[in-house]
Amino acid sequence: MSASSKTSSNTPSTSASRGRIWFDALAGVASTRPPVLSADADLAGETAQFISVVPDPAQRFPRACDNVVGLEQGWKLAQAVRAVIEADASASLKRPIIALVDVKSQAYGRREELLGLHLACAAAVDAYASARLAGHPVIALIVGPAMSGAFLAHGYQANRILALDAPGTMVHAMGREAAARVTRRSLEALDALGETIIPMAYSMHAFNQLGLLSHLIQGVNADAPTSAEIDIVRQALSAAVADARLGPNDLSGRLTSPAAQKNRAASIEVRRRLAQQWQAE
Amino acid sequence: MSQTEVLYASTYEAILARQSFIELGARERARALLDVGSFRELLGPFDHLESPWLPLQGIVCQADDGAVIAKGRLDGEPAVVLAIESAFQGGSIGEVSGAKIAATLELVLRECEAGRTVRPVILFETGGVRLQEANLGLAAIAEIQAAIVALRRHVPVVGVIAGMVGCFGGMSLAAALCSYLIITKQGRLGMNGPEVIEQEAGVEELNASDRRLIWSLIGGEQRAATGLVDGLVEDDVAQIAAAVRAAFAQGRPTQARSERVAHYLDLLARVDPAAIDGAAMRQLWNQESL
Repeated sequence: MSASSKTSSNTPSTSASRGRIWFDALAGVASTRPPVLSADADLAGETAQFISVVPDPAQRFPRACDNVVGLEQGWKLAQAVRAVIEADASASLKRPIIALVDVKSQAYGRREELLGLHLACAAAVDAYASARLAGHPVIALIVGPAMSGAFLAHGYQANRILALDAPGTMVHAMGREAAARVTRRSLEALDALGETIIPMAYSMHAFNQLGLLSHLIQGVNADAPTSAEIDIVRQALSAAVADARLGPNDLSGRLTSPAAQKNRAASIEVRRRLAQQWQAE
Repeated sequence: MSQTEVLYASTYEAILARQSFIELGARERARALLDVGSFRELLGPFDHLESPWLPLQGIVCQADDGAVIAKGRLDGEPAVVLAIESAFQGGSIGEVSGAKIAATLELVLRECEAGRTVRPVILFETGGVRLQEANLGLAAIAEIQAAIVALRRHVPVVGVIAGMVGCFGGMSLAAALCSYLIITKQGRLGMNGPEVIEQEAGVEELNASDRRLIWSLIGGEQRAATGLVDGLVEDDVAQIAAAVRAAFAQGRPTQARSERVAHYLDLLARVDPAAIDGAAMRQLWNQESL
């Protein structure tokens, strides 16, 4: 990501991360230690599993001390999700899994690449997708950055994606500064481009126009939520769980909203014409 | 065991008889892999399904958006090859190229669910998300990954990383989800490209111009020696075609690599981050897999 993240990934800030704030607010006491927090907690009268990635200053891998997805984060996310799948293997009603998303990037490091960061992240993807296929309502709640490979590993396999409409929440493939460098544009030019090229924009409102969010939650302070605001979020999560239980367990719902029909028209057209050509033989 | 080692003797005659796979474009690669005469392209260049986003940025489109869908047969069985064209935008995944791959895997899943097995092969040659289509590339990659996890339960999903671009970004996760991965010595598999790591973490973390170091970390030989891929092959059409067919003949592995959570957490716990390098990893990984 940006040059500033170069230092921040080695020295996490001392104030609580968004992932920690929202884990504390919604789940309470964690049953695991950083970098991956998980716990069962009540959500509108039923038990749900909450999972969050938080900074881990004591992390053995020095490039993964911040709220990033590194080797341990990826495998431990997979471990936490698979524990829920196993616990509910014979349950008729599968418990919801809530991924609290505040991940600024994947870990950038030599050791990470050598030891298979791609596989660690894939293990998390696999676990979340498997939970969804097993009938668990998987809900992602974006409370901070949801960046690139880190979001793929933690949140993007969810049945439903919710986000707080608050400063600092964003979904993107690459940090703003790095994207400007790589595409050889100034930050101003990059922002201007986002006005017309919706998938390149950094605002959550632009992301919402792609039809990938099921709910952009308004009026909640992401850093210091009041108990009333926490209740708003709980209600949104609970509604998303109920909604997910009614829908298919694949990701096809992401292409059905009016927003998707407008701004992912090519994704829909590819599927329509491929289905025609596939049959014609 | 789920790991297949496909090693071939490099005799003088064999070297002379080789036909480079790396030098072929995506369409030719797909044609070369499928049974002779069975290749039929879907959503080809004449369908003109192009990126809606690149022209808005003054970038010339390609009529297939850099992804080739080839229906055909492998060993007489219905198959589809998804080939990414590295010559167009570095094999990056945009809305259309990503949708072509995701939609095909979704269709194959429906065929398999209806009892009509189709063998899916993905030729990874990609740096990951196309930055000019950022969030729609990322969304498509999430859908590709979802489709691989679902499809893998019915039929092996076989991935090939031939080179020279390699397989990076979100697509490296998609590759890691495949039932079997075949790589050449020239191939590389990793999440972040070396240049990205140097830029984000500094040259002291990784010197991206040190080719020997890069290949010792993420090159095909190292990946094969540590079980992160299943087969190491020469850059040869016949060898790659044979390795793909052998993978399907083997059937689905009992456990996918990405499902072996306890195994890899255990290995990771034994790593000394201060001393780990390619050689140390080979020793540790192979000792543990006994």
